[in-house]
Amino acid sequence: MKIALFATCIVDGMYPRAAQATVAVLERLGHEVVFPKGQACCGQMHVNSGYFKEAVPVVANHVRAFESEDYDVAVAPSGSCVASVKHQHPMVARRAGDAGLEERATAVGKKTYELSELLVDVLGVTDPAGQLGSYFPHTVTYHPSCHGMRLLKLGDRQAGLLRGVEGLELLDLPEADQCCGFGGTFSVKNADVSSAMLADKTANIRSTGASVCAGGDYSCLMHIGGGLSRQESGVATLHLAEILASTEAEPVAVPGPAGQTVKVVVK
Amino acid sequence: MSRTALGMPGLRPGSGNLFAEEKFPSAARRELGNSQLRRNLKHATSTIRTKRLNVTGELPDWEELRDAGSALKTSVMARLPELLEAFEANVTARGGTVHWARDADEANRIIHELVKAEGVDEVVKVKSMATQEIGMNEYLEEHGIAAYETDLAELIVQLDHDKPSHILVPAIHKNRTEVRDIFLKEMPGVDPHLTDEPRRLAMAARAHLRAKFLTAKVAISGANFGIADSGTLSVVESEGNGRMCLTLPETLITVMGIEKLLPTFSDLEVFLQLLPRSSTGERMNPYTSLWTGVTEGDGPSTFHVILLDNGRTNALADEMGRSALHCIRCSACINVCPVYERTGGHAYGSTYPGPIGAILSPLMTGVEAEENGSLPYASSLCGACYDACPVKINIPDILVHLRGKDVDAHRGGLPSQLDVGLKAASWALSDGRRLGAVEKLLPLGRAAAGKDKKIKKLPGIAAGWTQSRDIPAPPSQSFRDWWAKEHKES
Ligand code: SF4
Repeated sequence: MKIALFATCIVDGMYPRAAQATVAVLERLGHEVVFPKGQACCGQMHVNSGYFKEAVPVVANHVRAFESEDYDVAVAPSGSCVASVKHQHPMVARRAGDAGLEERATAVGKKTYELSELLVDVLGVTDPAGQLGSYFPHTVTYHPSCHGMRLLKLGDRQAGLLRGVEGLELLDLPEADQCCGFGGTFSVKNADVSSAMLADKTANIRSTGASVCAGGDYSCLMHIGGGLSRQESGVATLHLAEILASTEAEPVAVPGPAGQTVKVVVK
Repeated sequence: MSRTALGMPGLRPGSGNLFAEEKFPSAARRELGNSQLRRNLKHATSTIRTKRLNVTGELPDWEELRDAGSALKTSVMARLPELLEAFEANVTARGGTVHWARDADEANRIIHELVKAEGVDEVVKVKSMATQEIGMNEYLEEHGIAAYETDLAELIVQLDHDKPSHILVPAIHKNRTEVRDIFLKEMPGVDPHLTDEPRRLAMAARAHLRAKFLTAKVAISGANFGIADSGTLSVVESEGNGRMCLTLPETLITVMGIEKLLPTFSDLEVFLQLLPRSSTGERMNPYTSLWTGVTEGDGPSTFHVILLDNGRTNALADEMGRSALHCIRCSACINVCPVYERTGGHAYGSTYPGPIGAILSPLMTGVEAEENGSLPYASSLCGACYDACPVKINIPDILVHLRGKDVDAHRGGLPSQLDVGLKAASWALSDGRRLGAVEKLLPLGRAAAGKDKKIKKLPGIAAGWTQSRDIPAPPSQSFRDWWAKEHKES
């Protein structure tokens, strides 16, 4: 299968290792990955902040980029950005009165999958240890990000994949379904409420005793990781893709609290 | 506390207690400092959440019920004028009197006239959001009439000269020790040895209220539902105090928002399942009162209903926002909201707190009114409210829609830091080459992070982020650059 990678702006600029790991996993399954060059961002920061006018060119760019390449499905290592592509893009176009863009955005959205959704529903990954050689001998707790959980209804897909990783011990996160408090510009506009939500999330993560908090969205993980780092907790954050890409021969190192010592092995 | 008494009706669509008087972030900061409040809220909301999930999870057709509730309300909004007229005709035919109130002031004036005509200076009240919304108690008090709350939680709040902080559990911000102290201080003739045992507290309230029920000649209520094709009204409650008010006094005055209509009696079948399960987490609420006009020798002999607009037609005119009027005030969205759980209801200013308040208040008053433009931002858009809502109001989408209205209302003024930042971001993020060029600066950020690879302090609005979170040092190259090198592209 030919798979177009939507890296998402935050992974592209801040956490390239999650996109590299996504490529590694997909290639290991024998698929061809392409990277549409014109891509930039899904625009949800603009939409969610009420800047619909400013979101239009961002959406138009995404649609153009993912029309310019020939592929079977597109994938992003983010539930939130995929939800934006699927649900917000047609709405932004509609609000701008651009029926043509709405139609094209809907078509791109239909072909776009969140990583765990693609792996489980389309590529038939049921046993990451067996099919991908996934190996990660650490204690891990898992935060299901809100948009993946509620907008994409990912259910058990991400946690299920983690459970199938050899050596990984998955520890239940108390109050897992509670938002971490990120919410894009919410974290600066309502910084105090956001910090209070984060404090409860990090306390729950630390109560598990896990050495890693995993998730499927680097936006939330940046927020949670930023709190864990400030608290000098010693708990690291890692993307699901990085854990799936880790193998016995070339394990992903558990990063320090600031999240920078990881070594990602591709191919 | 009436807000449009300036002789300029129509200046603002909604009036009364629908306004945030302070921007949400600063009101929230103050409330967050109250750790007792946070403990009380956490305990109360998590208990009720579990109860709700148990009773909604046990129904195999819960999702179909939600769809039915949503569809019924959508059709009510589409047919509102016709249904209101039918309702008026049926109430009148059954011996009731219908009044129309454009806003809070008009409603309060009508109520005052009606109470004055009965020659009393005391009324008993059934718990009602509409009368909170219009500030009726305060208005009547200014005119020498005492309105006694009979719902236990409303009574606590009233005795404490406080404001409700939740639509279903108005005293959710108080624990039982605080309630005991309020009773000791404010309840006439209370046993000075009162303990904080819930049963003892309820008995004290009961003794206090009994006297009011037996002497009051006029009762004032809200309504959960009004049935267009029969003129029937309904109140659902847990305590039975509402039933006392609805049956014992000679005169009953009901204030009902115009959106509370249902087309036919049988539509109650859907809503009497949705409401108790979503609100108190019970299969059935203990008391469901239904009445139609007046019946000789049975209940009040005089009945008035006041149909209240107060900004509802303003909300109805907003195509993206009008489904907020489907709300049946169950409070499920409030109980699951992580923001509400930490700030409590007072931070929202308006009678309607939590997710529904964050959309309903600005929809009714307009997003420009007072500080109501700050309410749609009081959400991380986690979506828990939408999942919980029994009539499937897409609260997150409406929040975002109202943010758009707020941003547009401020265009042309002095740009904020966020305006400047997001405009620049729109330029960079709408072109892969431009973003690539910006990403070439990543090593600069990496150098700024220093030896421990963390950024701990940022200037301007971004300081909100670094108050509790670090940012990791950026990578030495973007994914885009890595990919290009791997694939030998330029
Ligand atoms: S918006 Fe929905 S969940 Fe919230 S109070 Fe209204 S009906 Fe209940």
